[in-house]
Amino acid sequence: MTTSTQQRIGRFFTTYGIWIFMTVLTLLPIWWMFVVSMRTRVELFARPNLALSRLWLENYSNVLTDSTFQRYMTNSLVVSTGNALLVMVLALLATYALSRYKLAGRDNIFFWLITNRMAPPAAFLLPLFIMFTRTFRIEEITIFDVTLVQGWTLYDTQIGLILLYCVFNLPFAIWLLKGVIDGIPIELDDAAMIDGAGLLGVLRYVILPLSAPGLAVTAILSWIFAWNEYLFAANLTSVNARTITTALAEFVTVTGTNWGELAAMSMITLIPSAIIVILAQRYIVMGLTFGAVKE
Amino acid sequence: MRNPRTGWLLLSPTLIILIIFGFAPFLYVLFVGFNQWNVFSAEDGLIFNGLDNFRRLVFDEDFLHSVGLTLRFAIFAIGSQIVLGFLLAQMLTRNFPGKSIFRVIHTLPLMVAPIAVGAIWRLLVIPGFGPVPFFLDRWFDFDYRIGTYPDQAMLTSVIMDVWHWTPFVTLTMLAGLSAIPREPVEQAKVDGANRLQVFWYVTLPFLRPVLLTTVFIRIMDAIRTVDEVWMLAGGGPGTRFTGIYIWRVVFPRTDYGYGSSISIITLYLTIVLCWLLFIAISGKSKDEVE
Repeated sequence: MTTSTQQRIGRFFTTYGIWIFMTVLTLLPIWWMFVVSMRTRVELFARPNLALSRLWLENYSNVLTDSTFQRYMTNSLVVSTGNALLVMVLALLATYALSRYKLAGRDNIFFWLITNRMAPPAAFLLPLFIMFTRTFRIEEITIFDVTLVQGWTLYDTQIGLILLYCVFNLPFAIWLLKGVIDGIPIELDDAAMIDGAGLLGVLRYVILPLSAPGLAVTAILSWIFAWNEYLFAANLTSVNARTITTALAEFVTVTGTNWGELAAMSMITLIPSAIIVILAQRYIVMGLTFGAVKE
Repeated sequence: MRNPRTGWLLLSPTLIILIIFGFAPFLYVLFVGFNQWNVFSAEDGLIFNGLDNFRRLVFDEDFLHSVGLTLRFAIFAIGSQIVLGFLLAQMLTRNFPGKSIFRVIHTLPLMVAPIAVGAIWRLLVIPGFGPVPFFLDRWFDFDYRIGTYPDQAMLTSVIMDVWHWTPFVTLTMLAGLSAIPREPVEQAKVDGANRLQVFWYVTLPFLRPVLLTTVFIRIMDAIRTVDEVWMLAGGGPGTRFTGIYIWRVVFPRTDYGYGSSISIITLYLTIVLCWLLFIAISGKSKDEVE
């Protein structure tokens, strides 16, 4: 009896010891960023001090009232939401096809899909740049003497980024969903088909409800990956479609970095993803099995 | 009943997008890799030079060094993430008050944009500004300067990556652990196995597919890391990973031909590494079916 009580107390202390230690480690960098965002330039170059001296919000107000920043923020929201929705739909269809149909070279296709995520981005920027500025270009569309489009290119558009981000999000999404859909018994599909459901009916009434947690995780992670992407956004947009991460990098300039505003903006970028994660905490674990574990 | 044609139809939008934005650029890079193409060279445009670029990279010490660094970075970072992630996941399978708060806090780093992660850590570690060098110097008289000592820069990148990506490993491990059926574990305990034996003979085999998949995803992403490390150390000594080296060759030096051939080789190495893991994952599941 006493030994088990001792054990329980020991476990209590190790659990909370780890709890506190890990929480401090995890929050320290974020806390420091928060502290920096509350300081003036002069204060920052004084002795490093981890305590928050006062609430000074000018960095935040400077960033938030900047119209460029607002545009970047909107772009980021549009691009990541658009990309997450597109990826969710395409990945569901593709995974269903890979899971249920006997396609020639199915495993190889699956692996090839994944390899798209492996490419080192720097060298691939060049062909993508050429593609965005020259290949996808509409010189002019004129209907009844009304010029609708003139000199349109995929470069610097939101749709361009939405489509491009599929390259790294689709492989990940398909991989996540593969396990989920493989886990749904094929008999359920058959039963629905016997009851007269078509392909869309099966997808809508069998696959969609049963893979909901997996789909939620897919959408959330795609959204976050798209929200956080920097390299493509920085090189394939110039004015209209620039995203928030490129703004972060723009703070690091030759004449010196405005750390206060950089930190304030980083804090602001963190907020939407943090909210999503807190709301969807439960689904994230449920959907992340990669289907590797089957009963 | 299931016509493969319908399957291809469902797959086609994905294939079209990936062929246009993934495979076509790949072919282009492959093509450029066999050419000499440098904007600053005397002769303009692409000049076919066969395997010269590839011969050059085999003897390029900077490149080989960057591959070594990247591998070291990947091994240290992913190794720590797996161990730490597993322990934390193990802890999170038990119920205790404050668990959900911990899970939310622990997931936070995953949400920070890589470029912001680099910025935060730079703020922490640059000399004369960040608290880390300041307190290390004050309390331990330790000279910590990532711009000067390559090993410290490397270690800082590893710690930063561990900070950023351990939550992901914890989440997948937690998902894997909670899917393990109870009976075999109970059975093993009844048969008198101690905790280590239960872990080795029951938990680990069940966890193997999730474990390998996680390693696969982490390797894939660790090898192409650019943003965070670039932001942290600006490509200084000790952090010149392959991704950053390619960046340097392609952009400041505009040596497109050579940069492309390096990319192709890096991609090839990644694919081979991941293919082996992929076989290990799917080979295991085939055994289970039979």
